[in-house]
Amino acid sequence: MGKDDVKLMTMWASPFCMRVKVALAEKEIAYEEIQENDLLTCKSDLLLKSNPVHKQVPVLFHDDKPICESTNIITYLDEAFPAKPLFPECAYGRSRARFWADYIDCKVHPAGRAIWSTKEKDEVEAAKNNFLEIMKYLAGTLGDKDYFNGDKFGFVDILLIGLTTWFPAYEKYGDFKLEDHYPKLAAWITRSWARETVSESLTSPEKITNLVIMLRKMHGLE
Amino acid sequence: MFKKSVNKGMEKVKLFATWSSPFVKRIIWALKLKNIEHEIIYEDLANKSPELLKYNPIHKKVPVLVHNEIPICESLVILEYIDETWKDAPRPLLPKDPLDKANQRFWAKFSDDQVLPSFYGYIMKQGNEKEEAKETTLAHLKRVEQLLSEKKFLSGESVGFLDLVFGWLAENSRPLEVVTGLKLFDEDSFPNLCAWRDKFLEVPAIKESWPDQETLIAKYQEINLSKGK
Repeated sequence: MGKDDVKLMTMWASPFCMRVKVALAEKEIAYEEIQENDLLTCKSDLLLKSNPVHKQVPVLFHDDKPICESTNIITYLDEAFPAKPLFPECAYGRSRARFWADYIDCKVHPAGRAIWSTKEKDEVEAAKNNFLEIMKYLAGTLGDKDYFNGDKFGFVDILLIGLTTWFPAYEKYGDFKLEDHYPKLAAWITRSWARETVSESLTSPEKITNLVIMLRKMHGLE
Repeated sequence: MFKKSVNKGMEKVKLFATWSSPFVKRIIWALKLKNIEHEIIYEDLANKSPELLKYNPIHKKVPVLVHNEIPICESLVILEYIDETWKDAPRPLLPKDPLDKANQRFWAKFSDDQVLPSFYGYIMKQGNEKEEAKETTLAHLKRVEQLLSEKKFLSGESVGFLDLVFGWLAENSRPLEVVTGLKLFDEDSFPNLCAWRDKFLEVPAIKESWPDQETLIAKYQEINLSKGK
């Protein structure tokens, strides 16, 4: 336990944990992973002690000090470890990155969940349309760029890419393909997954989709 | 879409606002603390101006800060932008240390995602929902009370980012108490919070901002947040 001892408490399906893993890989920060396996019935004492407010993963420990909330963690990593910055340099660029972080965090995962967590056809349809409307603005801000900040994979890319592991499940139950609606956004997903830092940090979408099938069965939706 | 043009020495700062938004007020306080000259444009949310819709097409909400024609939206984003752009004028709102910053940002989200919704839920809801919102808010406020132990302000020795973020609580709790008769916390159970509220409201930049406490009471009475409703 020396200086810059970094640990990350995770759960395999959490896109919020996955994004922190991508950030750590991009910044080449060595860390130890502590996996929480049972968030539904039995959270560990360490988790409850280090995140008493939300009792959620991810939690980063830097020299034993906990930092909670994934976007907050990634921002912290960029400031505490300045090499290989994830944020743009100028204040305006940083404000744009934070704006899209807030947008992504508030909207994407809940909207996706609404697609698979119901059996009612009209609810599924409404949820799908809402999800696509949210994606429209993301596609709009990406435009023709390789990445959200330009030609460099950075903060906004990292926040969104973990969430895309859940997209095939949304497409399955919403009966749509993202690439039919927003081909450039779909291309961004493919381009980002080609990065080793991403492919080695993210859980496979197949595993996530199987989890969704199991959750639907648990709630009597299959 | 928006091209940044910097005209040194002629910074033009506009803020799209409403009198009642807790998210707007924190920006006004920040601009005053930093001595940044600005123009406030009050919006009628039932009839939003074309300018607001142009500057915030996605959320269509206030506050929007427009700096030399470049818009910045979302109050926490705006606060950090102000702090980074007008770095030391006269002092930073956020601490330098990344861990201290991370803690303040965590509690800022706690204010906006947890405390504020449950507080206003307590004010506005009825019956069982009102009771539940009350219990939830009290639990949240206990955490804030703890944050203030051995500290003058939430941000430390002087007023800063986290005080501005929680400022809605300091500013609105007494006026709403007067108008609705609903008192959520008192000096006996929340001594730190009450002491912080008094100190915060005495900070000149806060005290001199409109609307003041009396005006807030009058305005809340006008919109009929009456007792027992």
